[in-house]
Amino acid sequence: MTLVQLQRRMAHAVMQPLTSADRIAPKTDAGFIKPNDRLSSAERLEVYSRSYWFRVLDSLHDDFPGLRAVLGQRAFHRLSRAYLAECPSRSFTLRNLGSRLEDWLQRKPQHSGGRHELALDMVRLEWAHIEAFDSAAEKVLGPEDLLELGPSFRAGLQPYIRLLSLHYPVDDLRIQVSRASDEHGAASNAALKHKHRNLTRRVSRSKPERIFLAVHRLDFTVYYRRIAPEEYRLLNALRNGQTIGRAIRSAFENSSVSTDEQQSMLETWFAAWAELGWLCPPATPGRKRLTQ
Amino acid sequence: MQRQGWLRNRRLQEAIRQYNRGRAREVWPHLLLKLMPANRFNGFKDYGIGIGLRIPHYTRIFEKKPVVDWFEIISENYMIDGGRPLATLDRILERYRVVQHGVSMYFGSAEPLNREHLRRLKALVKRTQTPWLTDHLCWGSVDGTYSHDLLPMPYTFEAAKVTARKVREARDYLEVPIAVENVSSYAEFHISEMTEWEFLKEVVERADCGILLDLNNIYVSSRNHNFDPYEYLNSVPAERVAQIHIAGHSKFQKYILDTHDHPVIDPVWKMYEHSIRRIGRTATLLEWDDRIPSFDGVHAEALKAEKYIHARVAAVL
Repeated sequence: MTLVQLQRRMAHAVMQPLTSADRIAPKTDAGFIKPNDRLSSAERLEVYSRSYWFRVLDSLHDDFPGLRAVLGQRAFHRLSRAYLAECPSRSFTLRNLGSRLEDWLQRKPQHSGGRHELALDMVRLEWAHIEAFDSAAEKVLGPEDLLELGPSFRAGLQPYIRLLSLHYPVDDLRIQVSRASDEHGAASNAALKHKHRNLTRRVSRSKPERIFLAVHRLDFTVYYRRIAPEEYRLLNALRNGQTIGRAIRSAFENSSVSTDEQQSMLETWFAAWAELGWLCPPATPGRKRLTQ
Repeated sequence: MQRQGWLRNRRLQEAIRQYNRGRAREVWPHLLLKLMPANRFNGFKDYGIGIGLRIPHYTRIFEKKPVVDWFEIISENYMIDGGRPLATLDRILERYRVVQHGVSMYFGSAEPLNREHLRRLKALVKRTQTPWLTDHLCWGSVDGTYSHDLLPMPYTFEAAKVTARKVREARDYLEVPIAVENVSSYAEFHISEMTEWEFLKEVVERADCGILLDLNNIYVSSRNHNFDPYEYLNSVPAERVAQIHIAGHSKFQKYILDTHDHPVIDPVWKMYEHSIRRIGRTATLLEWDDRIPSFDGVHAEALKAEKYIHARVAAVL
C-alpha cells in the first residue's frame, strides 16, 4: 500500500459520520491499523474519528450561534453533521469551515426547520461577520483625497465590509444571541433557562422584514449597520468600480426619492462613510472584487 | 578546584568562538554538545523558556508587561489579511520575541504543499521575523480535504522521502530554518518499516532540518504503544534539536490523550532533565491549550524548567 493509498483509506474512515452514540460506524475499514494489547484496530481508529468530528462540530457551533438559536440545538447538530459529511473542509484553516454553508443550505431546505429564509439570512449574516472580522483593510480615503470628488471620481469600499440584502431582521436577533452568550458566565441556571426560553420565543415570532445591512468593523469590533436600499445599491456600485456619477444614478434608478432628498441623503451618507473610514482607493484591475 | 573550573570555562568560551567561526568540528565538540546554546536549526538564537501566546492572557500581558523570554504563536491564527488578531500580534512584537509554530503544513501528506498556505505563512514570517519555524511530523490532508488533525505517519521509507522533500521545499520558499515536531499518536500501521525514532531520524537527515522535540508526546506515545521513551530520546540526533516542548496530558482507561490541559507530570520532567543533560541547554516551551490557568500559573509551570537548565550549566562549567 502506498502512502497516498493509506492516507485515502484513513481519511475516509476517520471522516465517516459517527453513530448517534458518537461511536465509529460498526463496519468502518480499520484493517490497516495494528491493534495493541488494550485496543482493537477500530478502537484506535475511533480515537481519531471522534477527535475529528468533535473538532469540526465545535468549530461550526462557535461560528454560527445565531443559526443555533434559529434552529434549536438538536436541529443545528443534525444540520452540522449533514453539512460536514457532504462538505468537509477544503481549507488549511477552520476559519473557512462554514464558507459553503449558505450554498449547501439553499439546496437542503429540509435542514432549516421550517424557517428556510430566516435560517439562510442568519447564515449570510454570520458568514459576513467572520469575513468582516479579519479581512484586509486598505488605506482610508481622507478629506484631502475627496477634494476632487465629482461625477468621474472613483472610490473603493474597504475589503472587510460586507453588504447584505436580507428578508428578516436577523441583525437584532444575532445581537441578542451574543448578549445572552456574554451573560452566560454570570447567570444562574434558572436565569439562563428563562433567557433561552425568551430567545426561542423571539425567534419563533420573527416576522419577515426587508433590510439592507453593512457588516463592518470599527476598532477591530464587528458592527451591523442598517442602510437604505439606495445606499446599499450605491455602495455596491462603488465596490464594482463605477464612477461616483454612475453609481449615484444606478442607486436612485426607479427611486421615488425627490432630488432634494437625494442631495441630503448623499451628504449624510458620504459624511458617515468618511467618519467610519469605509472609502478607500478603488481596487486595481485584476484584483478580486467582493460583491454580494 | 577553582583553577580547574576556570580552565573548563576558558575551553568552553574558546569552543564557542570557534563554533561561531564555523570550525566547530575542530575543537572540543564534546564541550559544545554539552552546552549548546544555539544551532543552525534555530537560527543560532539563544532563547530560554517560553510559553504559548493565548487569548485569555492578553489583558495581563498588555497591562503588566511581564518578563517572558519568548512567546510561541500558532501561525494559522495570524495567517489572515487584517483585523484584531494581527493588531494584537503587532503589539506583542513591539515588546517580545516570537517563534511561529504551525499546525497545518502537513509535511507528511502525500499531496503537494498548499501554495496559498505557504504564501500566507511567508507574509507572517516577514512580519514576526521568527528565527525558526516549526510544524508537525504528521499528515492531515488528502486530495485537498483537510482533517485539521495531526494524523500519524506510517513509518516507511516512501513516507520519509516524501516528507523530507516537502520540508526542503517549504524551507527554500520560506527562507527560514524549519524544525519538525514528533506528534503523539494513538495508532500504528501494519505497513510501517521502522520505529518512530528511526523514522524521525530518517526524515530530518534527508531534509537536513531541525527537530522540535516534544517530550510529552514521546511519553504519551510510549504509553500508548508500549516502548521505552528513553530508547527514543537516546536515538534523537542531539545536534538537530532546535527546541523542546513540554506539556500535560489526560489519562483514560486504555490510552493517554495529549490534551495540553494539565501541569507537566514528573516522568516528563525526568525526561526533560535527561534531554538537557544529553542535548544541552535548549529553547523550551510549555504548551497549555485547554482549561488554561492564569498567566502567572502557566508561566510559573514553564519556569520549573530553569532548575534543570541551571543544573546542567553548573555541571558543565
